[in-house]
Amino acid sequence: MDAILLQILNGLDKGGAYALIALGLTLVFGTLGVVNFAHGALFMLGAFCAVSFNQLIGLEKVTVDPTQMTPWGTPLEIRVPMIEDWLGATGTFILDYSVPFSILMAIPVMIIVGLIMERGLIQFFYRRTHAEQILVTFGLAIVLQELIKTWFGANPIPQVPPDTVRGAADVGTLIGFEAGQIVYPYWRLIYFLFSALIIGGVFAFLQLTTFGMVVRAGMADRETVGLFGIDIERRFTIVFGLAAVVAGLAGVMYTPILPPDYHMGMDFLVLSFVVVVVGGMGSLPGAVAAGFLLGVLQSFASMTEVKSVLPGIDQIIIYLVAVIILLVRPRGLMGRKGVMES
Amino acid sequence: MTAIKRETARGDLVRFAAFTVVILTMPLWLVPFGAAYPDLMQKFAIYGLFAIGFNILFGLTGYLSFGHAAFLGVGSYTAVWSFKLLGMNPLPAIGLAILLAGAFAWVIGFVSLRRTGIYFSILTLAFAQMSYNLAYSVLTPITNGETGLRVLNSDPRVLDHMIGAGEVEGSLVATLFGVEMNGLPGFYFCAVWLLIGMFVSFKIFRSPFGLMLQAIKSNQNRLNYTGINTRPYALTAFVISGMYAGLAGALLCVTDPLAGAERMQWTASGEVVLMTILGGAGTLLGPMLGAGIIKYSENIFSAFNEQTLHQIFGVLPDGVEGAVVSVAGLFVGEGWHLTLGLLFMLIVIFLPGGLIEGGRRIAGALSRSRKGGGIDHAHPQAAE
Amino acid sequence: MVDLMTPSRRGVLKGGVALGAGLTAGLAAPTVFSSKAWAADYLNAPTGDTVTFGFNVPQTGAYADEGADELRAYQLAVKHLNGEGDGGMLNTMKPLTLKGNGVLGKKVAFVTGDTQTKSDAARASAKRMIEKDGAIMITGGSSSGVAIAVQSLCQEAGVVFMAGLTHSNDTTGKDKRRNGFRHFFNAYMSGAALAPVLKDNYGTDRKAYHLTADYTWGWTQEESIKNSTEALGWETVSAVRTPLGAGDFSQYITPVLNSGADVLILNHYGKDMVNSLTQAVQFGLRDKQVGGKDFAVVVPLYSRLMAQGAGENVKGILGTTNWHWSLQDEGSKAFVKSFGEEYGFPPSQAAHTCYVQALLYADACERAGTFMPCGVVEALEGFEFDGMGNGPTLYRAEDHQCFKQVLVVKGNENPTSQFDLLEVVQEVPVDQVTYDPAIFGGELGECNNGV
Repeated sequence: MDAILLQILNGLDKGGAYALIALGLTLVFGTLGVVNFAHGALFMLGAFCAVSFNQLIGLEKVTVDPTQMTPWGTPLEIRVPMIEDWLGATGTFILDYSVPFSILMAIPVMIIVGLIMERGLIQFFYRRTHAEQILVTFGLAIVLQELIKTWFGANPIPQVPPDTVRGAADVGTLIGFEAGQIVYPYWRLIYFLFSALIIGGVFAFLQLTTFGMVVRAGMADRETVGLFGIDIERRFTIVFGLAAVVAGLAGVMYTPILPPDYHMGMDFLVLSFVVVVVGGMGSLPGAVAAGFLLGVLQSFASMTEVKSVLPGIDQIIIYLVAVIILLVRPRGLMGRKGVMES
Repeated sequence: MTAIKRETARGDLVRFAAFTVVILTMPLWLVPFGAAYPDLMQKFAIYGLFAIGFNILFGLTGYLSFGHAAFLGVGSYTAVWSFKLLGMNPLPAIGLAILLAGAFAWVIGFVSLRRTGIYFSILTLAFAQMSYNLAYSVLTPITNGETGLRVLNSDPRVLDHMIGAGEVEGSLVATLFGVEMNGLPGFYFCAVWLLIGMFVSFKIFRSPFGLMLQAIKSNQNRLNYTGINTRPYALTAFVISGMYAGLAGALLCVTDPLAGAERMQWTASGEVVLMTILGGAGTLLGPMLGAGIIKYSENIFSAFNEQTLHQIFGVLPDGVEGAVVSVAGLFVGEGWHLTLGLLFMLIVIFLPGGLIEGGRRIAGALSRSRKGGGIDHAHPQAAE
Repeated sequence: MVDLMTPSRRGVLKGGVALGAGLTAGLAAPTVFSSKAWAADYLNAPTGDTVTFGFNVPQTGAYADEGADELRAYQLAVKHLNGEGDGGMLNTMKPLTLKGNGVLGKKVAFVTGDTQTKSDAARASAKRMIEKDGAIMITGGSSSGVAIAVQSLCQEAGVVFMAGLTHSNDTTGKDKRRNGFRHFFNAYMSGAALAPVLKDNYGTDRKAYHLTADYTWGWTQEESIKNSTEALGWETVSAVRTPLGAGDFSQYITPVLNSGADVLILNHYGKDMVNSLTQAVQFGLRDKQVGGKDFAVVVPLYSRLMAQGAGENVKGILGTTNWHWSLQDEGSKAFVKSFGEEYGFPPSQAAHTCYVQALLYADACERAGTFMPCGVVEALEGFEFDGMGNGPTLYRAEDHQCFKQVLVVKGNENPTSQFDLLEVVQEVPVDQVTYDPAIFGGELGECNNGV
């Protein structure tokens, strides 16, 4: 029982990440009609916002002690983070909370990245074929990740969560289990809540605001909305920026779970497309539902009990589910007819 | 070659003859590019074949498969198993590889073609990723996993032993009538298959079957309304292109008897998509061109290092040289992926129809200026 | 960059004449090329005043940083071989035949390639160096799959292969080749070296849970560690295979929590190790208590670059490594000094093994008096040397594996710099890690000169 509950937690946590990435991708699909292979790169850029923020506030005052030498023959360096030097305890606090604080940096950065991408490149591809969209955004994804590699290297760069939430919480005691039966890391619980919050926020934005209404109308029928004299293109630019921010924030908050490296966007790319397609092209609730569904199924498939019956099932479960769902439900869980079918 | 516009049988013959000459003289004209060594030329021919086959599906019908690397992998594994069990003769290996890859393609195509558009792409991707993941891990008894499947001296190789060629000193290489299939002979062997593949592709493009495939691309619904069931046609194209992939996979093993699982990864499927689009999807020669360019950059750009850059830019003044080398260093050696990414972007942005389209435009511009503004033959085709 | 084709295996072109003849003869030409009439004594025999080494390292993909470090080490080795710089380990290597003026009077030149950590790409890159650039030997790499694939290629082509970082037992076991040599240690040695230290730290009554990367290297390591820990009296609760590049390992870690196991052994390398260790520590495994015992996490194969990626999660975690820059023997000190002066930071174990391999190869050529692969192979087989950082070392003739000390290391609790992540717990003597070459099977076969 505890094993199953733990796997459900794992699944929800994974699902949160999948859903967040797929959400932005679906927004771009649904509104702009663009197959964005650079979406994984946006996730990666978000993660590196956390890294650069950490490095920025971690900038150190380097003093050289010429009396001591390192074994490789350079004088020993004594490093003190400048922020601690200036702000004392506050500085230490900011350093400790570097990952959550980096959200403040990631939002403007991702908006700017999104706007530049849309205005500079994507807007010229609204009327091109999907194959061309794929190729150009794939090229862009490679360029972005290689630029990150030249600056940050290929090795993962660890990011630590704040000290108070570094350990694991005994969630089992809350629902009547013995102590130590169901422990789960604080940060993963935070990530799940965070993804729920962001998903809720995006839905509220689209459902409750006039802007959201226009965008939804645009998703349903772009031409008619255009006929009403609404500048749908400009709104689409903002939607692209929004998608970039969502992907970026998903990346920022994921860094303590997965030390970021330049290739992490590509690693998530295929998966996020599978999630979006299983959910149904252009359906936001579908993407979220598919994210959680695949997350939970993947967790269960990895259990030793399951693997002993079906060896290797954890290697293929995501794809297997995708195949089955697409064969049973032609347009995924909640897809609409006529979207991306030709 | 691109200057020949009219799609007549005679024009095709001229084109094919020119193509044959270009391929067979590769060892000569590739010399100034530093690419005239057997392994790379073999790769040109093999991946050219892979892309030509892919183009029969994607270029004609518009079905974008993201899973063709799986067929390449199946072809490779089949070929190595044929070497292991039957012997080092490449012909049975190739025959079996084509058959098995075709059968595998039929199964996957039968299921995947029930959907269109991106749903089709994801289905093929899912099948290919499942094949790759399993080949890398639980199927290791068949695929030898990470290390890759190789031919060993202890393997049965029944036919070899029957003709008394079972005991081989040193390494085992595919051998056809006493000629070892590596080095230049290996290249010419691949080149012959490439020419056969190209010829078949020419024939398909010009056949009623090819026209039907093109009709699927332009408007499948209309065809369906007229009572034509398009799926058998699409499935045939899918199987044919799967067989091309199987042939390419087998040739990879004929020239170098090792089959690795990475051949089936989604990035490998993506590569053939990129080759086709880069050269020009739906054109006859484009895919071959795209394959050549991608394999060339992979092998040549990645080989540059600081030392070679200093040699190249050695003529520049010292300060300038340092700066130029460090900038150029971003794009070669460990940065060759950056070059590839930029290349994709530039070509799609400025040459939507691929390199062949670019060639047509240049040819068009030339003939226009010559004729003083004649009819623009190189009018860009509406994509899709 | 006009590059004429250099003589290739069995098919040797002599300039344009043969080329022209071949083309006019069309497809019948192959028989001409397979003639051995023009062949030299051995493939890619150096003709000018230079000899070309081929450095085949991962430049893209997950191991790109490791590959970059390998390349730095090779460039340093070439410098030292050619008599530039401070000479590094040439000052400490014993016995030494090299004179510091190149190898056999020829200056060392090199070509580089990208393995992409894929066997296909690695073989293509090695083939280019052999067929086009005329490399006389190939060295490098950062994974066992690639090492085995390139080693068999070099055997077939007829050049020497000096493996870089490869830890699988198979490289010099089941898949060993006469033309291939490995300086790096292997999974068996990791197990043999680690077991006594595990016993000292955690006792003999332990229950181990393995998470293993689901491919060949992972399996051989799991088996080796299982054998040596079970010999201590440990019980193996479960051994679970995880997909390569799983990213999030939570679904494999949670079953560990209540399994009754009190040791988690992570048979992962690279990104997998960074992720699984980080996540295991997040799940509180390092602070957990099971049946009154402190839970322990063990990472059998460590590298400093990986430790860097896992950050402070490595603290106190035991593992083995081939070499570490903090070693105080003369050879290590000399190498760390010249590497540090050149690049500003200490070398990794990958850099060390590659540097040593380049020097050992060069020295063997000098001793053999030829670059001919079979001569070099003979000079390397059974070669005993010292002053290269791991104490007295033997290149065993039976399987071309180096036998030397193995380091057991622990994540440093109080690092003084960003490079000071591992502390050496014990230098395990060579006797303790030596094994009978027969246990892994495989055949070396005959050496191949490529003609």
